[in-house]
Amino acid sequence: MKSDYSQSRLTGWGLTSPSYARTAKVSHGEVGEHVKDSSGRGIVMRGLGRSYGDAAQNAGGTVLTLADTVAQAVLDTEQGTLTVGAGVSLHDLLQIIVPRGFFIPVSPGTRFVTVGGAIASDIHGKNHHIEGSFGNHVRRLSLLLADGTVKELGPDQDAPLFWATVGGMGLTGIILDATFSLIRIESSRCIVNTVRCKNIDELFEEMSHGDDEHRYSVAWVDLLATGAKLGRSVLWRGDHARLSDLSTKDAIDPLHYAPKHLATVPALVPSFGFVNSWTSAIFNELWLRKEPRRKVGTIKNIPMYFHPLDAIGSWNRLYGRGGFLQYQFVVPFGQEKTLRRIIEMVAVSKTASPLVVLKRFGQSNPAPMSFPIPGWTLTVDMSCVASGVSELLHSLDSMVVEAGGRHYLAKDAHTTPSIIRRGYPRLDEWKAIQRAVDPSGVWQSDLARRLELI
Amino acid sequence: MENAVGEVQNVLLLGGRSEIGLAIVRKLLSPSARVVTLACRRPDEASELTHSLSRTGLSVEAVSFDAADTAAHKGFLADVVARHGDIDVAILAFGVLGDQHNFDEDPQSAVSAVHTNYTASVSAALCLASQFRQQGHGKLIVLSSVAGERVRKANFVYGSSKAGLDAFCQGLADSLEGSGASVLIVRPGFVHSAMTAGMKPAPFSTTPEVVANLTVKALNAGQRMVWTPGILRWLFMVLRHLPGPLWRRLPLG
Repeated sequence: MKSDYSQSRLTGWGLTSPSYARTAKVSHGEVGEHVKDSSGRGIVMRGLGRSYGDAAQNAGGTVLTLADTVAQAVLDTEQGTLTVGAGVSLHDLLQIIVPRGFFIPVSPGTRFVTVGGAIASDIHGKNHHIEGSFGNHVRRLSLLLADGTVKELGPDQDAPLFWATVGGMGLTGIILDATFSLIRIESSRCIVNTVRCKNIDELFEEMSHGDDEHRYSVAWVDLLATGAKLGRSVLWRGDHARLSDLSTKDAIDPLHYAPKHLATVPALVPSFGFVNSWTSAIFNELWLRKEPRRKVGTIKNIPMYFHPLDAIGSWNRLYGRGGFLQYQFVVPFGQEKTLRRIIEMVAVSKTASPLVVLKRFGQSNPAPMSFPIPGWTLTVDMSCVASGVSELLHSLDSMVVEAGGRHYLAKDAHTTPSIIRRGYPRLDEWKAIQRAVDPSGVWQSDLARRLELI
Repeated sequence: MENAVGEVQNVLLLGGRSEIGLAIVRKLLSPSARVVTLACRRPDEASELTHSLSRTGLSVEAVSFDAADTAAHKGFLADVVARHGDIDVAILAFGVLGDQHNFDEDPQSAVSAVHTNYTASVSAALCLASQFRQQGHGKLIVLSSVAGERVRKANFVYGSSKAGLDAFCQGLADSLEGSGASVLIVRPGFVHSAMTAGMKPAPFSTTPEVVANLTVKALNAGQRMVWTPGILRWLFMVLRHLPGPLWRRLPLG
């Protein structure tokens, strides 16, 4: 028994490069049948479609979504681990685990991603400099292979395939379920220190000293400011608040967790959108002014600190019909000059939206296609119709790889196969593992085709 | 595959020596472009052309293609796809203008011109449509002509073949809705090129570069039809409804 397909137009979160595929929402029992039934155009899994580019699209082929529910999740409170279907979202998980004193090991900027997507993209969060990416915390997973068999994988069980699956963009098989370790928390609040930096040099200095004293660290940068104000920014560093940090009022229900949904952007946004260099400049000015020069010990709740954008549904529509992309790269420590030059080029081009984040990565994990390497990662949202954006990005691409850096596949919607090849020196090693488990090319995606990953 | 800003990787030009077609190909080249295939009758004579298009990271190939040999279209396309993968944009640019006086005297030559302009285009477009449906993406650019909008006595064989092609493509575009494939019909006016060399230019004449510019803009905007230059759309809105006696007297060559 397998569910029926429907023909769907799919894009990533950036609403760009649409393509058509047959789609179905399937249970674990059905998914094997769909794999047998795949055409020459192959299959890719799609969770909540939060990848900005074409990672979860498969033009002319099949795109499947796992119909998992959080009700089947197993929380081992002694070990501090969670076993869950890959189709479950972090949003659903948090509602179960936070009230019981646990938090996800790695939290990206949105909680609307699935566990399968988190592993396949090897996502990172504000704690990467201390605790690495999502894959570092996965104890085991089960992978449905192209031949229809299911394989148990872990860091100690077929490690090469396990690490090829972590950050493997869904191209080694279908992750069915996984067990990963959680963080124990005393409260659902975070205690946050804020520093406002006048320019990029001040920010580099501030982040290079003191990041390691906090579990979480991330900076927002005004990428429209130039000259002496280049890289003016706000740095937030935080930790999970202990019971003793809470006010008497908060301490009554220390694990209270109720993320708020403020509004949803309607589908009827004008085609030109609301995000341009004028609106962004106004936003940046206000955003910066509301922050104190230096403040310690602010108490924030989890949604406020980790997922502020999730309060607004479908915010991607604000960019209008042309869509947008999120440019994210990392350059190694010691390449601050390149990073500074890139920030300068973006600032002068006036193409950046207010969503800009700078973060320091810690150690990488053994996964050949995992994005994070020790260094600086900059994330910039840009409207695709901003003039000169493509030329700018092609130039930045070269600067990034020449500096020994690379681009994040889960975000990419623009770069070229040669830039990826140069950024990921272990691509061929990964390809060899991928080909061995998928000789007939069952796993395919628009991203894989565009960047010649397979 | 296309990237987020609409840059394409793999372009196929049917009618590989067409000046308008080549101008469109040049407009489509970006650092993302990987493959350009020029399908023309005598690929061995196109080496200068392939050389002029080549750049690092881009492979340019001229391959043998006879538009009139419709039976070979399917195999030809399968071969291109087998070698280079998905086609992002295909430009249907082959065609013959011919000379109306010759057509009047030698109907057989008119039949062969219509075969190239209409029948062969239908065949090639259907082959491409089927490939694009299978791919779940792909854009077909078809060079129609204002000559088909209201056919005039000076070139009614050519005009009627373009009228047929234009109508065919409108239907094809509708049938591809929801498949990921799309069709852009280009209706140029008089274009200065080898095809029109020595002819008296009609009003609002233009160049292959201008046609290419407007075409690629329309392609990125997701339009289904583009007039080049744009004013012809409004001009023909009037001309289409001119009473016959007046239309016949117009000095349109």
